[in-house]
Amino acid sequence: MKISVIITLKKDVLDPQGKVIHQTLDGMGFNDVDEVRQGKYFEINTKENDPKKAKDKVEEMCKKLLANLVIENYKIIDAQ
Amino acid sequence: MKSAVITFPGSNCDRDMDVALKQFGFKNKMVWHNDVELPKTDLIVLPGGFSYGDYLRCGSMASKSKIMKSVINFANSGGMVMGICNGFQILVETGLVPGVLLRNKYLEFICKNVFVKIKNKKNIFFKNIDTDVLEFHIAHNEGNYFCTKDQLKEIEDNEQVAINYCDKNGKIEEQFNPNGSIKNIAGIFNKEKNVLGMMPHPERMIDNFLSGEDGSLFFNNLMNNLK
Repeated sequence: MKISVIITLKKDVLDPQGKVIHQTLDGMGFNDVDEVRQGKYFEINTKENDPKKAKDKVEEMCKKLLANLVIENYKIIDAQ
Repeated sequence: MKSAVITFPGSNCDRDMDVALKQFGFKNKMVWHNDVELPKTDLIVLPGGFSYGDYLRCGSMASKSKIMKSVINFANSGGMVMGICNGFQILVETGLVPGVLLRNKYLEFICKNVFVKIKNKKNIFFKNIDTDVLEFHIAHNEGNYFCTKDQLKEIEDNEQVAINYCDKNGKIEEQFNPNGSIKNIAGIFNKEKNVLGMMPHPERMIDNFLSGEDGSLFFNNLMNNLK
């Protein structure tokens, strides 16, 4: 079973990389952009076939390693 | 006095720290990250470098390595632990000290000498030190100290700030903040003050010909405090 996770920075955390990407987009003519925030994306293949159990395991991974909850949020986006 | 320096894959200041500790009288042992047991020691140092290539978040992988379980137990039972640079990043990832270290504000790797003001001398690391300002070296990409408002209040209430970036006279102002850290924080303690994490490298300031000697001041004082 494949599960995907998106990690994003919390709202109040400075994201200088996102800012630079925003500036570059602006310089390229994409002037409608208000803000860019950069995050991380993971695809996790697991032997667990029960979607609920697999999701719970991935949630534990997020809490223990994949995300730092002081600055980041995680979202488990699909189980297939 | 005995010390132990933990080497992770990608550590690169471990030998400098070994040299520094020995120069000031410590009997130092190097410990590999995959070991489970610590040698008998009075001080554990997590050195600088780029453990696990800084993958995921700096220090995140190293904080889960085998030896860290013993290091965490050692710290929780009152043992002295010091994390320098990447070692500080590892400490925040273990939760032994609060907060996180983000990318530097202006996205530059910073490598230069800085001045830091000692904020709290009521602890074994800085007690009796004969100065308020130290010149240390920094070399990092992720040293931008950040924590939540609630955490900051707790840190300040418990006097957990160890050192702040400042000028040579000890003035703490935004213009002397190299990396965007909240309140110019360069190093912090845990609540009990037996764990210290800091971005600057005292081990790079122990030779008058190569650098300054403020690191010597720090290590000499530490040795005296531990005797």
